[in-house]
Amino acid sequence: MSRRSGLFAAALIAVGGPQALAAESERTGLGHEVTAEELSAAGYTVFPDGKGLPEGRGTALEGKAVYQQFCAACHGRNAQGEDAAALVGGRGSLTSERPRKTVESYWPHATTLWDYVRRSMPYEAPGSLTNDEIYGVVAHLLNLMGLVGEDDVLDRESLPNVEMPNRDGFVPDDRPDTH
Amino acid sequence: MSKRRPSRRAFLGLAGAAAASSLHPAARAQTPGEIRDLGETPSEYGKPSPFAGSKRWSRAPDATASSSNTPLADLEGIVTPSGLHFERHHTGVPVIDPDTHRLTIHGMVDRPLVFSMDDLVRMPSVSRFHFIECSGNSAREWSPAGAANVQLSHGLASCSEWTGVLLADLLDEVGVKPEASWVVAEGADAGLMSRSVPLERALDDVIIAYGQNGEAVRPEQGYPLRLLVPGCEGSISVKWLRRLEVAHMPSMARDETSKYTDLLPDGKARQFTLVMDAKSVITRPSGEQKLDRPGFCEIRGLAWSGRGAISRVEVSTDGGESWTDAEIAGPRYAKSFTRFRSPWRWAGGRHVLMSRATDDTGYVQPTLAALLEARGRSTIYHNNRIKAWEVQESGEVTNVEA
Repeated sequence: MSRRSGLFAAALIAVGGPQALAAESERTGLGHEVTAEELSAAGYTVFPDGKGLPEGRGTALEGKAVYQQFCAACHGRNAQGEDAAALVGGRGSLTSERPRKTVESYWPHATTLWDYVRRSMPYEAPGSLTNDEIYGVVAHLLNLMGLVGEDDVLDRESLPNVEMPNRDGFVPDDRPDTH
Repeated sequence: MSKRRPSRRAFLGLAGAAAASSLHPAARAQTPGEIRDLGETPSEYGKPSPFAGSKRWSRAPDATASSSNTPLADLEGIVTPSGLHFERHHTGVPVIDPDTHRLTIHGMVDRPLVFSMDDLVRMPSVSRFHFIECSGNSAREWSPAGAANVQLSHGLASCSEWTGVLLADLLDEVGVKPEASWVVAEGADAGLMSRSVPLERALDDVIIAYGQNGEAVRPEQGYPLRLLVPGCEGSISVKWLRRLEVAHMPSMARDETSKYTDLLPDGKARQFTLVMDAKSVITRPSGEQKLDRPGFCEIRGLAWSGRGAISRVEVSTDGGESWTDAEIAGPRYAKSFTRFRSPWRWAGGRHVLMSRATDDTGYVQPTLAALLEARGRSTIYHNNRIKAWEVQESGEVTNVEA
């Protein structure tokens, strides 16, 4: 029994039963405190300010081979889209009749690209890339977009500082808007 | 007792019975006056009548499929049978053993905790009717006539009675730090689907659901555990929920930036457009049905709003020239399907049928023209236009411009 649930039981006995449960404590005491081991196995979220980004590094030059091996078959050799979505191009198209929403033209944060590649790519084997490979493949894509140089090192410090072209492109929900 | 069945089978002839059982059910159906076959014995899990035949619809029923639509025209009342609930998953349906499944709540909290399924089932529970609607539902309705039937036009919406724990109660257990403002949810599917929920909403009516329509949540719906954010676009109700991280900002996950944002004519995109606005649709008579003769035919449909309860549904049988109030039939829960019905006698001839919902905030379901005027043509999501069906002179019902 944990320290907290022990106290909880003591409180129950002291006040005479379940009737007093709500008054004595809002908490049920269910669940158990996360161990360090459990926390590291639970996974993590990457935030736009870089919180959550792990150790590791990569450059566009290093990431190009990773891209060609794991990504090009679906996204195209130059990331301009085949079976899967285009990742580059489309800048300036958002106000046109046929907007091309790509990572380059639409995504507001470079950290989202890192987070999504880690979560969900490659589609057939998500979770199979190392952190260095993810930093590298993200650097390669950002290089294709002209946002970082071939030798620029991307890591937890530098990635959040990459300014995406459409970073100011989003506005809050202001509906209802039809009357 | 146990001998009755074999003796009867012997009487009928075993070979004949075996042959008959391979025929279409209609060929075996009993007609009055025949010698009557004994029926089936009890089963472990019942199935619909083979005559009923309701099915979800999927655009690509193969390995690339990632969604299926509810056959709304077949439904009565407000509940979607769990096996007909629409599906939308981004990396397939995982198989999860509930004995090993855990929900971890951590981040900006006083006491990060891990919950087993047993822990969660022990917690105080709620059971509530709520719809879930994909914000891409009715994407075909940006064209004037829209889709040909209601399964295509509106079938990415379903309604269940969900049972589980209020997220607010779980957040009490962990103790949210005052500087926190969002809760980031993560699923246990292959792609670790993730969305951010504003803390204010998380503390309101969000359910961590393990029950659906009286039984365990279906695998396609997140077994053994899912997030259920009432009234909001379906993708935020993360399925196969395994982790909640209390945070100081949204994660800006792919599915709240690249997808599920609404591009406006000026090139800006609305973000975190979570609420599904009031909507209704006539499910009977509806597209691809046929009235085989003139006469009485009740108009029925479904209405729902992510902002609250439905307060009014109006029906038109003349393409919107005139409207009459429909009856709200049955429960009128907030953020739930609500059934409406209206008596109608089809005297023959062409009629354009429409419905228009109002919710208890006073919001009125708009026309397609009003949506296009407000948003342009590139928003993709959140189409809640008034939908029209045309009853032809032949009795056939088709989609029609409105």
